[in-house]
Amino acid sequence: MSKQKTSNFSRRGFLKASSLASGGMLIGFNLFTACKPKAEMPIDISKLNFADFNAFIKIAENGMVTIFSPNPEIGQGVKTSMPMLIAEELNVEWKNVVVEQGGLDTENYTRQVAGGSQSIRFGWEALRQTGATARQMLVNAAAARWNVDAKECTAKDGVITNAAGETLGYGDVVKEAALLEVPENIELKEPKDFTIIGTDATNVDIDKIVTGQPLFGLDYKEDGMVYASVLRPPAFGQILESFDATEAKKIQGVLDVITIGEKARKLLNSEDPAWSVKLCSSDKVVVIASSTWAAMKGKKAIKAVWKIDTPLENSENHNKELLSLLDGKKFKTMRSDGDVKKAFAQADKIVEKTYESPFLPHNCMEPMNFFASVNEDKVRLVGPIQTPEALATSVSTLLDRKLEDISVEMTRMGGGFGRRLYGDFAMEVAEISDVIRKPVKMISSREDDMTTGVYRPAIKYRIKASIKNGEITGYQLKEAAVNGNMYGLIPNFFPAGAIENYQVDVASLKSNITTGAWRAPYTNFLSYAEQSFLDELAEVLEKDPVQMRLDLLQKVKGTKDEKIKYSPERLEGVINLAVEKSGYRTPKEGVYQGFCSYYCHNTHVAEVADVVMENNQPVVKRVTVAVDCGIVVNPLGAINQIEGGVVDGVGHAMYGDFSFKEGEPDRNNYGAYRLIRMNEAPKVDTYFVKNDLSPTGLGEPTLPPAGAAVSIAITKATGNRIYKQPFIDNMAPKEIIG
Amino acid sequence: MATFNLSINGKSHAVEADADTPLLWALRDHLEMVGTKFGCGIGQCGACTIHIDGNATRSCLLPISSLEGKEITTIEGLSTDGSHPVQQAWKEVDVPQCGYCQAGQIMTASAFLETNPKPTEEEIKVAMNGNICRCSAYNRIQKAVAIASEKIG
Repeated sequence: MSKQKTSNFSRRGFLKASSLASGGMLIGFNLFTACKPKAEMPIDISKLNFADFNAFIKIAENGMVTIFSPNPEIGQGVKTSMPMLIAEELNVEWKNVVVEQGGLDTENYTRQVAGGSQSIRFGWEALRQTGATARQMLVNAAAARWNVDAKECTAKDGVITNAAGETLGYGDVVKEAALLEVPENIELKEPKDFTIIGTDATNVDIDKIVTGQPLFGLDYKEDGMVYASVLRPPAFGQILESFDATEAKKIQGVLDVITIGEKARKLLNSEDPAWSVKLCSSDKVVVIASSTWAAMKGKKAIKAVWKIDTPLENSENHNKELLSLLDGKKFKTMRSDGDVKKAFAQADKIVEKTYESPFLPHNCMEPMNFFASVNEDKVRLVGPIQTPEALATSVSTLLDRKLEDISVEMTRMGGGFGRRLYGDFAMEVAEISDVIRKPVKMISSREDDMTTGVYRPAIKYRIKASIKNGEITGYQLKEAAVNGNMYGLIPNFFPAGAIENYQVDVASLKSNITTGAWRAPYTNFLSYAEQSFLDELAEVLEKDPVQMRLDLLQKVKGTKDEKIKYSPERLEGVINLAVEKSGYRTPKEGVYQGFCSYYCHNTHVAEVADVVMENNQPVVKRVTVAVDCGIVVNPLGAINQIEGGVVDGVGHAMYGDFSFKEGEPDRNNYGAYRLIRMNEAPKVDTYFVKNDLSPTGLGEPTLPPAGAAVSIAITKATGNRIYKQPFIDNMAPKEIIG
Repeated sequence: MATFNLSINGKSHAVEADADTPLLWALRDHLEMVGTKFGCGIGQCGACTIHIDGNATRSCLLPISSLEGKEITTIEGLSTDGSHPVQQAWKEVDVPQCGYCQAGQIMTASAFLETNPKPTEEEIKVAMNGNICRCSAYNRIQKAVAIASEKIG
């Protein structure tokens, strides 16, 4: 197994140090890119310049370390785990480290995005290098003061010790260290020497969270700030014809009623298709008020008339059209091995099944909101966003302002799940503030949030396999999806590489409903379809479903195919661990177990769901999870992500349902939209495969297999296979159907 | 607009607002107490849970005109320093992911444990069922309530 691979990011000048006017040492660095060679370091902590450096470490004269962490926090724990990587190599005690969220001033920023479970994977090398380099500078400063060789000095828990046993704290030497050359080629620790990585660290914001201090976008407030509520078209395809604000203006606290949309329309009419998910072609009516409640009441009092701009769509039609796409020939082939047609023609037996999923809203607990203050000099944006850099660029184009006039400050996010990758709500408030020229916060109601969202698209899969002499000889997966298709390496996930004749074909149905990334895009449903299908194939072949997967994995070992990124050995590892820990080989009376293994977002996972029948209904009691994510940086945080991913996966597969009638969403709040709650949440038991491989992310990978494992367990319990989400409407026991 | 005298966390506050203003927005916009969160506005998710005379109540549907003479407790008043056994348990278990729903969860749990200090696993599940956690940190919420119960005991 490869260890501690060094990536090729430029070390020369990747960080700079200087003294702070207030005392202490400031180190500025850039993750993933070299910083600007001529960049100046600020001497005042309040003037941190995130254009030149995207992260900073401050070491005070009392030895306290403050890390200004660059990555936005959506609940996936990177605000804790990424600073742990710095602290590990800096050799300081974790309790002496304070973490603060960094701001952003655009430009020199390559990856300030929370999405794709990538943060820890990309930060692994760069952050440890930063910590190690800073430590070496401190050691060099101490050695110079003692007039000894730096090699004779060691650093531990923020204290440097020389061969004679003399000691100096980091704080004692920061002044000198700040003036030293930045050393290169610092060796990183071996995993066996880690003292912080691999230990439990509590969420760095926990004290603030449990005492209700302001942290989130919704909590942000400035003097003179007004509140905005936005009336958007109730149906996709509608635009505003006219409105009457007479009643709204009578409401106490309503200050003004305006419209926005002109600027957005200009961009929509431009050639760049990327705007369509962020902008809407209709004018929107905006109620400006002195309080949130007045703004919300004002919005309800607006009498608006809408007209049809593009056809109003129905999910019934989406379903028909997606099925006819699967029946048709308009496919793009994403991967093709061997000759599936030939394999099907020569088969002893063909198995073919279709799997269906609805649209899904994200339902972040904190509804979309954002703050903007636009004046002649500056555009200031504050709020919860997963893509601050893209937002700054978008707003610069929207308002025709220079990029350097725009600042984006990130708050903690009350959930993301992909929704806050899209800056539509922030662009809206920028346009509002541009009109009223006041600091203003836009707050969506839950109904706004659920009905004017960016949805997981409805998707259908049809999978066909050929069997010859008791072996799987051909496998073809067809995807029909609303607005786009699977991308990247997804077509090369297991069982690609394991079956000689293999093909993945995709087709897309264009829709005016905005769709986009939803936690574990595509795999969140694909995993259930494929893994359920594999389970059914095992049944047809009269094979043990676990053994069948292990046999298939044998064929992938030693593959020369560079697109195959999953490791058959690592998948084997999680499969064996999940089987052992779940008691899969020694089933208990009345407990039905469903097995699934899956690789996505660079992490290998296997899950076993335990289902029992209560009152003739299947109930998910427990999910055993085996995870190989390499080195586990923060086990306490990692297990939280894993448990959440599994329960979220179970919840949406069981209950998530959302569709459109005449362009309008069929549900708008938690009364009708069912999210999993505590009494439905299974107990999750987590086990890690232990190794020294570089860490991979955990925000997404445990969600996709959960639905699959549950569907297979329910099948065992009820005798019925499930081909459609949500399961709750499609899982009745056999005797009840028909 | 009228003035309403509300007793919140042991202190009297005069709020000048419309009579139908929900307590949630009075707290957040008028009184600078933003710990109580807005989630759904229809009493379904529990993010806005506070205590009225010790009982867990949704503040998003509660007009301020109905609250004079009542004792209101918010997350900011549960303890001044996060030392309430439920808050302690939440920290010990490291419950939050995004953290947005947790004030509501803590307020529901603390009122529940007042009435039932030694609940069974099933009773915890039923008591906490009205609070949605979109990150699905339910395993840890349940564990934290159980640990808080031991601390109170």
